Amino acid sequence: MKWFKLILSGLLCIGLGIALNTKLGQIPPLGKFLSPQAGVWQNEDSGMGDAIENLEGLSAPVEVFYDEALIPHVFAQNDQDLYRTQGYLTARHRLWQMEFQTHASAGRVSELIGTDGIEYDRGQRRKGMIFGAEKALETMKEVPGLEALLVAYRDGVNSYISQLEPADYPVEYKLLDYVPEPWTLKKTALLLMYMSDMLSGGDHDLEFTNFVKKYGKERFDLLYPDFYDVNDPVIPAERDWSDWEVEVPSVSEGDFPLDFTANTMDKPHPDNGSNNWAVGPGKSKTGNAILANDPHLGLNLPSIWFAMQLATPEKNTFGVTLPGAAGIVIGFNNHISWGVTNATRDVKDWYKIKFQDDKREAYWHDEQWKPTTKKIEEIVIRGGEVYYDTVVYTHHGPVSYDHSFKGNEQQSGYAMQWTGHLGGNNQQAFLELNAAKNYDEYEAALQYFVAPAQNFIFSSTEGDIALWIQGKFPNKWKGQGKFLMDGTNPEHDWQGFIPQQHNAHVKNPERGFVSSSNQHPTDPSYPYYVFNDGYDTYRNRVINDFFRSKEKFGVQDFQDLHNNNYNLKAAELLPHLLEQIDRTGISADEIDVLNELSQWDFYNDLDKVGATMFERWWTRLRVMVWDELSSDSLELDFPFTYQTVYMLKNHPDNEFMDIVETDEVETAPDLILKSFKEAMEDLETIESRRGNLKWGDYKGTFVAHLLPGVSAFGRYNLPIGGNGGIVNATSRNHGPSWRMIVEMSSPPKAYAVYPGGQSGNPGSKYYDNMVDTWAAGNYMDIQFMQKASDSEKMIFIQTINPKP
Amino acid sequence: MTKTYNFSLTLVLALVFTLFLPWWGVMVAAFMAGAIVRLRNVSAFFVPFLAITLFWIVYAWVLSSSNDFILAEKIAVLLPLKGNVFALFLLTGIIGGLSAGVAGVFGNQVRAVFSQQNS
Repeated sequence: MKWFKLILSGLLCIGLGIALNTKLGQIPPLGKFLSPQAGVWQNEDSGMGDAIENLEGLSAPVEVFYDEALIPHVFAQNDQDLYRTQGYLTARHRLWQMEFQTHASAGRVSELIGTDGIEYDRGQRRKGMIFGAEKALETMKEVPGLEALLVAYRDGVNSYISQLEPADYPVEYKLLDYVPEPWTLKKTALLLMYMSDMLSGGDHDLEFTNFVKKYGKERFDLLYPDFYDVNDPVIPAERDWSDWEVEVPSVSEGDFPLDFTANTMDKPHPDNGSNNWAVGPGKSKTGNAILANDPHLGLNLPSIWFAMQLATPEKNTFGVTLPGAAGIVIGFNNHISWGVTNATRDVKDWYKIKFQDDKREAYWHDEQWKPTTKKIEEIVIRGGEVYYDTVVYTHHGPVSYDHSFKGNEQQSGYAMQWTGHLGGNNQQAFLELNAAKNYDEYEAALQYFVAPAQNFIFSSTEGDIALWIQGKFPNKWKGQGKFLMDGTNPEHDWQGFIPQQHNAHVKNPERGFVSSSNQHPTDPSYPYYVFNDGYDTYRNRVINDFFRSKEKFGVQDFQDLHNNNYNLKAAELLPHLLEQIDRTGISADEIDVLNELSQWDFYNDLDKVGATMFERWWTRLRVMVWDELSSDSLELDFPFTYQTVYMLKNHPDNEFMDIVETDEVETAPDLILKSFKEAMEDLETIESRRGNLKWGDYKGTFVAHLLPGVSAFGRYNLPIGGNGGIVNATSRNHGPSWRMIVEMSSPPKAYAVYPGGQSGNPGSKYYDNMVDTWAAGNYMDIQFMQKASDSEKMIFIQTINPKP
Repeated sequence: MTKTYNFSLTLVLALVFTLFLPWWGVMVAAFMAGAIVRLRNVSAFFVPFLAITLFWIVYAWVLSSSNDFILAEKIAVLLPLKGNVFALFLLTGIIGGLSAGVAGVFGNQVRAVFSQQNS
């Protein structure tokens, strides 16, 4: 009996120990997770480390000053010490995020979450994310001295990781029950690929091909024009290009393959974009150039940005960094300031590949069979066996779509050609910008920047303002890359690139300001082929009209414009809807809504009910116009917003206005009435659920933790106006991820904020402390320290000594 | 008396072991205390249970209160305890106590078997 009890209690004891040490489904290993010695209780910490620390590999002591927003201001004696310290401090505050983002980039999510991650991981591998990162790493190693700086950054991160006990791991590791791995140079390259994919990973080629095959070229050109009937481009239309000698390849005679594709890979968020603008001395109240930037990205915690000041005796730069990459990405120094918006150019094309046989070891190109290469991707799955995926490569790039991935034909596939695979050196571009002192050095720094193409805005204390649309752009013949291309025809290959000097740019334009907001880069006079790949058509006009509206501008004007909620789409569409709607037999409730709408001032402010009413009406109307496309089994993209509005106003009898499901033939006025009735029902539901129709409550903006489903670590129902397509581009879970305004006085004066906090630890009071400031449209006064002795506003001083 | 002795010994050993062992050091502590100081019937479970429950709750409270319970409030939503921080402390204590209690019983049984063989 005693033995029986012994064995029973022994089994119970060991069994319970193991159970509480194991992650069961979504439940973290509760013993480990809740133990005060090693679990989450250890993450109840808002700290910044010790006042004196040691770091291996430093050549001299580094001083770190934390301000009240937990922004570290780092003063080092040389670049190697600077970037080593950057890596060390970034790891302290953002370790989990920096590793998670590179895992996501490399298609390694299954390692953390199991089989649910396989489709995503396969997609990342098939996009050639690792292939692109390896190419970028090769390019980075070509620049003398750069590798040593990246090694210093890497070692700084690893010095931090190696002194951690399991109790110190960020809370997400404890939640998912895994451990951090060492940082590598490849991870830095993978992070930059993650950004490339986010900002230049989209295209519509296969969807457009579906459309053309189904509806013909004439309808395509009407719905997806190269240029809209309005255009206020990034480079002012006055810019004259006639002094350039330009060669554009001649249009290929060969046909495009007309394939139907049922499923395409997930695309980056269509609102990924940004605003930037700058006024020169002539348009500035103080006579100093002023520059602003706000990149619009998914709103997440930990925030994509980590603010820092990075100083050595040679340079002193403030701005935001990307956790995982060295230097400042958007910011300013004592001489220049710069910012970016996405150039939204079509830099990703698809080729239909004809394989010799089911082995896919050769493909037909230029009248001969050429060998493929194969890359076997190993996807490690948590709690499962390794998944192997063979990705075939041609000279274009990876064959993303084939018999095993969203396709079914043994002997064909679609290969991707993408500037993301060219091996850019964005890292070098950033480091040179950090140290640039004038326009020429800014221009020289940009040449390293390949993808994702960006509109780099610039201003300097010397009073220059400029804007370069920078990236490596294939020099395309008219029509090239809009649709799936013929992978057997060498004329369909990219024929070369637009020379660096011919990337569209402007310096000190007569109008006294420069701006960009993802609109068309140029007007049709730009000698290279550019077509509309989803350009903004609303924010750009509001911004440019604002700067044309008066003579002089100051910082307050810039803040007002960041927070401008004017809905130009509504201003252009709503009066037409109100005029066209058939009011016979309309109910009293409906009249009330129409009256409310006609009194609305087109501002998507927090308390405006008109904004909610319009949004519901527009959403219903848009879906009704393009019902043909959404009900199709093929993947088809809706025409862009501006053209939808254009069609409603100018082609009310177009065949697409008809609703397929019904027997009668509808025209635009019918849709306007029907969609209004549907919107009325939506509004009733919303009002009964929330008690009001105020825009801010309806929109319910939130900032979510990077891990899906962990709502406890997010911030919800934030009181902020705006929407996609509005200068304050804050939609539900997307918007300005960093707002910066810099006046180029000496020294520069800056105001900035982002929807997050410096600490990545949900247990820190600095995790989300800027969110409310951001939502309210306010800014922090940036403490741009001129020297290490200016420390009176700092809350914590840390000295990091070389490890003896 | 043996109860107080076992209780104190469990606590002291838990403090020492968790300096170098993972969280289950509290189980080892309760096991050893149970093997050294025999307890009768249900107290074999409840004495180490109470010792470690108390230990974990007090320790967690010390860590969390100095940081305004910022993380505790979030974990109490995540787990899901409807944001009730007290429930989270209670759960923490019970998880620790339960593992210690079971280990204490095991320790007692080992002692029982060996004392029987010795006698």
